[in-house]
Formats: sequence, C-alpha cells, structure tokens
Amino acid sequence: MVEEVQNKIDTEEEYTINMGPQHPSTHGVLRFVVSLKGEIVKNVQPHCGYIHRGIERMCEKLTYQQIIHLTDRMDYLSAHINNAAVCLTVESALDIEVPERVKYIRTIIEELNRIASHQLWWCAFGMDLGGLTCFFYGLRDREKILDIFEESTGGRLIQSYNCPGGLMNDIHPNFQQKVKDFIKYFRKVLPEYDQLLTGNVIFQERTKKVGYISKEEAINYGLTGPSGRGSGFACDVRKRAPYHMYDKVNFKEILYTEGDTLARYKVRIDEMWESMNIIEQLIDNIPEGDFAVKMKPIIKLPEGEFFQRVESARGELDVFIVSDGNKNPYRVKFRSPNLVNLSAINIMSKDQKIADLVAISGSLDLVIPCMDR
Amino acid sequence: MNVIGYISSIFKGVISLLKGMKVTGSYFFRPWTVVTQKYPENRKTLVMYERMKGEIVMPHNANNEHKCTGCGICEINCPNGTIEVISKQIQTEEGKKKRIIDKHIYRIGMCTFCGLCVKTCPSNALAFAPNFEHAVFNRAKLTKVLNQEGSVLEKGVE
Repeated sequence: MVEEVQNKIDTEEEYTINMGPQHPSTHGVLRFVVSLKGEIVKNVQPHCGYIHRGIERMCEKLTYQQIIHLTDRMDYLSAHINNAAVCLTVESALDIEVPERVKYIRTIIEELNRIASHQLWWCAFGMDLGGLTCFFYGLRDREKILDIFEESTGGRLIQSYNCPGGLMNDIHPNFQQKVKDFIKYFRKVLPEYDQLLTGNVIFQERTKKVGYISKEEAINYGLTGPSGRGSGFACDVRKRAPYHMYDKVNFKEILYTEGDTLARYKVRIDEMWESMNIIEQLIDNIPEGDFAVKMKPIIKLPEGEFFQRVESARGELDVFIVSDGNKNPYRVKFRSPNLVNLSAINIMSKDQKIADLVAISGSLDLVIPCMDR
Repeated sequence: MNVIGYISSIFKGVISLLKGMKVTGSYFFRPWTVVTQKYPENRKTLVMYERMKGEIVMPHNANNEHKCTGCGICEINCPNGTIEVISKQIQTEEGKKKRIIDKHIYRIGMCTFCGLCVKTCPSNALAFAPNFEHAVFNRAKLTKVLNQEGSVLEKGVE
C-alpha cells in the first residue's frame, strides 16, 4: 500500500500550489507559487506587490523633510536606519557636517534598532519552526528597547526621529541610564536564547544543511546583510563604507561560511552581541552640543544625483536621489535589501522539502512592505 | 544507523529538550521577573511617557487662551493633508484688520505622527498628548476641532 502511494507520487507530474498571500509564515502578504513533486520543491516563484503603496512616487510630490516619514513605513523593523539613510543623502548633498552628538545618538539608536529587529526575527523564526516559547521571550526583551525609544523619540515601532540636519529633539535625560541598564540585562538574557532554541535538537535538524547557498551564488544574487554573511560574503556596509561613528568604534564583521539556514541564524545572534559592544563604546562618551543644525525651512538640493549606502538590519539599503534643483526630488529610488534577498529563494529551496521552505524564507528575514514599497 | 548511535541520539535529544525546559521552568520560581500587565484593568495607574506621540492637541491655559495665530505653517508642512486651518478676518478695537483662527481641524484618521507640525509651529501652539485610546464607532468622530469653543489668542503671541 505504502509503495503504491510512493510510486504514484514519484511518477506524478509536478503540480503547483499557492503559499500565501495570507500565510502566517510569509510574515506579510507575499505569495509563493510553489511547483512540487510529491513534497519536494522544484520551483518557487514569488509574487510580490500586494502592498505596493507607491512610496517612491509619493516622494516626488513631497519635500525632503516629509520624505522621512514615508521611509519609516518601508522597513518598519529598522525604521530609524531608513530615516538616517535619507538624512545622510540630503546632508551629503548639501555638504552639511552634523554635530558629533547627533552622530553618536544616531549610531546608538541604530544599533538598538538592529537588536530590536533581530529579536523580533528570532521570535518569528522560532515560531515558524514550531517553538512558540521563543515568541514570548523575544518580545519581552524587545519591549525594553521600545520603551527606550518611546521615552526619547515618542514613537515605539516608527520613530520619525531623524530629520535632515540632525534629530527632531534631544534625547531624554534618562536615555543613557536606561540603555546601560538594558545592555546589562540583555547580556544576562541572551544566553537564554541559545539554550532555548539554538541547542534544541529539533531546531538543529530543521536548519542544518537546509537552504544552502554558496558564496559565489550569494554574490551573484546580491545577497547582503546577515543572509549574505552566512555564506561568507563580507558585505557589511558599516565596515566597507563607514558612516556615522562606525569608523571610530571597534567591532567584528560576523562571517559564517556554512551558507545554510543555521549559519544565517548564528550571524544574527552574534550581531546582537556586536551591537551591544558598539553601544557600550559610545554610550558613556556622548559629547555635549546641539542636537541639530539650523536648516532652512525649505531645503533645496543642488542639481545632480546623490547616493548613500547604509546597513539596515536586513542588508544594504541604498538611497538614490535625482534632484533638479526644486524643493521636491525629481526621482527617488530605494534599493530594498529584502527584494534582492528574496530573489535567491528559488535556488535555496531547490530539491528541499516543502516544510523547509518556511525555514528558508524565515531565515532571509523578509519584511514585505520594504519589498513592495 | 547502528543501535548504539540510535539510542544515544535519543538521549541527546532529550537532554537538549531538558536544557530548554530548564530556562522556561526557572521562571516558575522567579515570579517577580514576569512583566505582564493587565490592561485595561490597570488603566487608572497607567502612566505613558510624556513625549509619546498619541495625538496632537492645542494646549489652552486657564483663561481659555491658545497660541495659534492661524498662519497655516502646520497645514503646509503636513504631508497627508491631516490639518486644515480655517481662519477669518476681524476688526480689532483700534480698527486694524487681524487674522484669527475660526477652526483648526485635525483628522486623526489620516495622521501619520511624523511630528512636523509640532516641530515647525512658530508659536509652539501644538503639542503631542499621550492618549492612545482612539477607537470610535463612527468615522466622523475622527475629525476633531482642536481650538476650544470661545477660545481666544493668548496676549503677546504674534
């Protein structure tokens, strides 16, 4: 009987099913059209655009200060980093040197944002693979970062804290103490993450040698961020093209060469440790000074093309602005790390089981609104 | 796979599961580390951070005076058309013409809380308030008039 069914599955032609648009493990409205032979994945075709809002087009109608709040809504888990990307582009176009204080605060909040993003990814990844406990533990610690954000910036998930020339307002007097408390707390708690999930035998079985991509293919497909570094592709923009304070702090670029789902997982866990190191180097030395440069009420960029790379929590986010000298940009283009990382999902999940597709798409840490924009 | 390998893999699996359960089990004996809050039971004692972007308000002082001159800079800076300032011309006692606000309309349903109106206001007439319970049954209730009825411009604000 079993052999009969097995025979039937083996000889059957490929068939297609939809995964998504409403699927809990696609983390948004993303649709995979999966070609299957039995339960072996033969081809994955992602269909995106379900939450396309036309952010790039909307930017053309807004002034440079107003663009900032739209970039929050792209990659909402690293909202502050997106904001900083646009601000850096505008500042470099106008040749404005922001005060040291701004650079320090931006770096600290960006690293906090990276930790918060990786925490949420850890929760969701554990939950995708069947470990519901992770979700509660990760969100409990993320709450502490969100409280720090809320006290200083006024926003929890979406901050809109950057503006061209500096910050919207100064940090709260409690900021330094709270960040120090958090680092002390999180250093104690982060090993719990490893005990809960990393060493778990079910988790190991489901992630080891699943979703392999070699270094050459990772470069060919343009994988960046933790997904690329899991394959040994050294692509950290913070090291390659430093901005903010990243050229003055000591930190390691995490690299794993295995190229499988577990390697991508380990990169993110280690990045949380590195982010804490960066924050600890900066938090005590925030210099006194202004929190913003005085800017004109209407910012007009000179005619030309301006480009800036930043490392968001998911990979390399690029901003490209073409200006014709008006108060609105002529064209804005964002290079979303998620869309590029998604392109590799077909080669990663070839000849894997359908259940592993969940693990693979989870390990890429996709944020769909950033992809669709 | 031989028998010894099979049995040892079972033990390894059980040990790894017990390691995870040690973490979760330890929280049973540390109940003070539990962070759950009972909302809405704790609504009366709930204190939000003062900078929280809950909604935009126009603070009035004890004499029902506000600081809004009706210049409309918030309306220009708003990226979504959330704010609409309706102003009117009046004659002062000295016979001069003066512009005052009639209605400062704020549509919270369209607001993205970017904070540009609060930041750019030249007379600091707007502020964020830490209220977050905005659920209403009727969409019309999301359109608010920020200046109170009968309020006038504070003296000394131009």
